[in-house]
Amino acid sequence: MTLQLKSNAMGRGLRSTLLSAMLASSALLAGAVEAQTLRAVKHSDLRVLDPILTTAYMSRNHGYMIFDTLYALDADLVPQPQMVDSHEVSDDQLTYTFTLRDGLKFHDGADVTGADVAASIKRWGERDGMGQVLMSFTESIEQGEAPNQFVIKLREPYGLVIDSLAKPSSNVPFIMPARLAETPSTEPIPEQIGSGPFKWVADEYQPGVIAVYEKNEEYVPRDEPASFAAGGKVVKVDRVEWVVMPDDQTALNALQAGEIDYWEGPPSDLLPILDANPDVTVRNLNALGYQTIMRPNTLNAPMDDPRIRRAAIASVNQKNVLDALVGNPELYNLCGAMFVCGTPLASDVGSETLTKGNGMEKAKALLEEAGYDGTPIVIMHPTDVNTLRTQPVVVAQAMRDAGFEVDLQAMDWQTLVGKRASQASIADGGWHMFVTNWVGADVFNPLVNNMVNGKGTDGGWFGWPTVPKLEELRMSYATAPTLDEQKKLAEEIQALAYEEGIYAPIGQYFVPSAWSNNLEGVLDAPAPLFWNISKN
Amino acid sequence: MLLYILQRILAAVPVIGFVALFVFLLLRLTPGDPAAIIAGDTATPAQLEAIRDSLGLNEPLLIQFFTWIGQLLQGDFGTSILSRKPVIDLIADRMEPTISLALTTITLSVLIAVPLGVIAAWKQGTLIDRFVMLLSVLGFSVPVFVIGYLMISTFSLGLGWFPVQGFKPISDGIGPFLHRITLPTLTLTLLYIALIARITRTSMLEILGDDYIRTARAKGLPERTVLMRHALRNCSVPIITVIGIGFALIISGVVVTESVFNLPGLGRLTVDAVLSRDYPVIQAVILLASLIYVAINLLIDIAYVLLDPRIRYS
Repeated sequence: MTLQLKSNAMGRGLRSTLLSAMLASSALLAGAVEAQTLRAVKHSDLRVLDPILTTAYMSRNHGYMIFDTLYALDADLVPQPQMVDSHEVSDDQLTYTFTLRDGLKFHDGADVTGADVAASIKRWGERDGMGQVLMSFTESIEQGEAPNQFVIKLREPYGLVIDSLAKPSSNVPFIMPARLAETPSTEPIPEQIGSGPFKWVADEYQPGVIAVYEKNEEYVPRDEPASFAAGGKVVKVDRVEWVVMPDDQTALNALQAGEIDYWEGPPSDLLPILDANPDVTVRNLNALGYQTIMRPNTLNAPMDDPRIRRAAIASVNQKNVLDALVGNPELYNLCGAMFVCGTPLASDVGSETLTKGNGMEKAKALLEEAGYDGTPIVIMHPTDVNTLRTQPVVVAQAMRDAGFEVDLQAMDWQTLVGKRASQASIADGGWHMFVTNWVGADVFNPLVNNMVNGKGTDGGWFGWPTVPKLEELRMSYATAPTLDEQKKLAEEIQALAYEEGIYAPIGQYFVPSAWSNNLEGVLDAPAPLFWNISKN
Repeated sequence: MLLYILQRILAAVPVIGFVALFVFLLLRLTPGDPAAIIAGDTATPAQLEAIRDSLGLNEPLLIQFFTWIGQLLQGDFGTSILSRKPVIDLIADRMEPTISLALTTITLSVLIAVPLGVIAAWKQGTLIDRFVMLLSVLGFSVPVFVIGYLMISTFSLGLGWFPVQGFKPISDGIGPFLHRITLPTLTLTLLYIALIARITRTSMLEILGDDYIRTARAKGLPERTVLMRHALRNCSVPIITVIGIGFALIISGVVVTESVFNLPGLGRLTVDAVLSRDYPVIQAVILLASLIYVAINLLIDIAYVLLDPRIRYS
C-alpha cells in the first residue's frame, strides 16, 4: 500500500514534471514556429508570376525566391558561379562548356539538366535586351554530353557571356524546367516550379493580398557565404509571406507593432520615425540605388531636333529634382553617369549642367539657335506613383524657365505605360517626354541600359532615337576584351548620348529598407533577397 | 407579392445588361494597355502584339463583348489578365472580409443609432438631442481615415488591445475574427451612426407631431409604447432605405477603410484591377456591385410592405 502510494506520488510527480516540460516545450515550439515565418511588405503587389514575361520588379523578386541562376554577381559586382560548378572555354573562344553542380533538383523532384538550362536561356534571350545581344552572337545552346552539362557555341567571340548569365535585374536569366521554358515568351508559364531556395505555395496566393513561400528543404546551397546575389542561399526561416499593404501609414504601424518584420521601401518622409525607433533597423541594401531619368521622344517635333532635346536637358538642375523627390541629401547623389555612379563604367562626361545646375543660359541659347517656335512640349505626368509624381513638375518648370511652352498632362501610370508605346504625332495623342526610374543594376552598362539603344523604331526603346553610331559603339563594347576598353567605349557612348540628347539621368537616389531588429543577416543585394535571414 | 418580386427580377435583367455593355465600352475606351503593363519596359512592338493576341485584345470589340457575355451566361467570369487566376476565385476570396465588415457595421450602427435618433427626437431641444446631433455632425465631418488612424493609435499602438491591420476569417475562431474586425467596424460605425441617427430623428420628429400619436398619448399608453410601437414603426421606411443603401455601399467597397486596416475586401480588389487595367476583374466586380444594388433595392421594397401595410405593389 505504501509502495503503491509512493508509486502514485511518484507518478503524479513524474506526470507533473512531464506536463510542465510538455507545456514549456510546446510554448517554446509555438514561439519557434511563429519565429520561422517572416512577414514582409514589398514595394508593390505581385501580379505577374512569370519573371521572363515581364520586367516588373515584383516578378523579378518572385523569381529570386523560387528559381535559381547559373551565375550571380557578388558584392564587388563580379559574376560568381551559382548553379554552375565549372566551365571551360575553347581556345578559339567560341565554345563554352558548362557543368552544373551536383544536387540541383526542381521542386517537382526532377533533376536540373542541361536541356532545362538551354530552354530557359533561349526563352530569356527572346525577351531580355542583354539576352538578345547574347543570342545574336550565339549559334546554338544545347545540352552537353552529360545530362548536367550544357554548351553555348558562338558565331564570333563575345566577352560578356558570363556577365549576361549573371545579369542581376529584370529580366534575370532564371532556370526553369524545359517543359515550362518551352512556353512562348509572350505567354505566362503555367506552373511555378523552380530549383530555388523557396517553393511557391500556390494555394495561399491571393493577388493583391498575400504571396507565400516555404523553405525548399531539398535545396543544396553553395558553400561560400552569401554575398549580394551570389554565394550560399541558406534559408533560415520556414516560410516567407509577402503581405500587400496599400497604405504606407498602415505598414509603418504594423512594423512598429511587430505585425510585420520587413518593409522593403518606406517613403522618405516616414524614415525619421523609423530611424527613431530603437527596435527597427533602417539601411540601404542597394548601393547602386535608383536612377531617375527624363526621356524625350525623338519622333515628334520639335523634339526631333537634338538642339531642342539638349536645351531641355541643360535646363534641368538635378539638385532641384532630388530635393523635390527625396528631400534628404543623405539619400541621393548628384550623378550624371548614365551607367550609374559607383560602377566601373561611371563617368561624368557630358553631364556638367545637370549636376552643377548651371545650364540655363546654355538652354536658352540652344533654343534660340534651333529657332524654337513655341510648340507646347507634352510631358506625361503620372500622379499616382509616389516616386514619379514630382520629377515632371520640376522638369516642366525648369523648361518653362528656359523658354519652353510646356503641356504637363496628368494621368495615372498605367495610362502613361499605354500611351508611351504610341509613336503617334502630338495631334493624334502622342507625347514629347516622360520621366521614369530604373534600378541601378538595370542600367549599369551599355547593353542593359535601354536608353542608349540607337535602333530607332526598329527595336529601340520608347522615344526611339535613331543613332547608328551608338549601335556600333554598343557592339564594340560587347566584344571589348578588357575592362579598360569597355570603360573607354562606355564613356564614348555616354558622350554621344548626351550630344544627341536622347536621355538624361536626373539623379540617383536610394530607398532604404526597414526591418525589425529580430531579423539578422539581411543581405545587401540588387533585389530584396530572403535567404540568409534568421528571425529570433 | 410573388408576382411583383418576379417582375422586379425580370426588370433587373436589362439593367444588368446595360451595366455590362457600359462597363465594357468604358474600359475599352479608357487609355491603358494591359499587354504593355504585363510586358514591362523592354518589350518590342512585336512582342506587345503577340501578348495582345494571346489575351484576345486584338479581336474586334463586338466579338470580345459577345465572347464575354457568352462566358457569363455559362457562369464563367473569365480569368484575370495579370494573375491568371479565375475571377470568380478572386471575388470569392474578397467576399468574406467585405460581408463581415458590412454585417458588423450595420448591426452595431442600427443598435446604437436608432435608439439615439428616437431619444433625440423624443427629447428634442435638450442636451441629449444636441449631443446626438453633435455626434452626427462629427461622424459626417471627420474623414474615415482620420478616425481609423486615431483608433489604431489609441487601441493598437497605445493600449495594445487590437492588431493594427489584417483580417481573420470566422473559420479561424470567433475570437481572432472579432479581434481583427473590431477597429474597422468601429471606424465605419461612427459614420453610419451619424447617418442613421439623423434620419431616425428627422422621421420621428415628423411623426411625433401627428394626431394619432397625440391620440395614443391621450389614451394613456406608456410613452415607450407610443414611441416604439406607434411612432418608430411608422417612420421605419426611410430608416430601412438608409440602412439598405448603407449596406450596399459597404458591400461594393469601402476602399479607404479597407486600406487603412489592410482588409482584403472587394473595394481594394476593384481599385487594384482598375489601376492595372485587369478588364475581366473590373467587369465582374462592377456587375456584381450592380446586382447587389438591385437585390438590396428589392429587399428594401419588400421590407416596406412588411413594415407598412398601406403600401401595396401591383
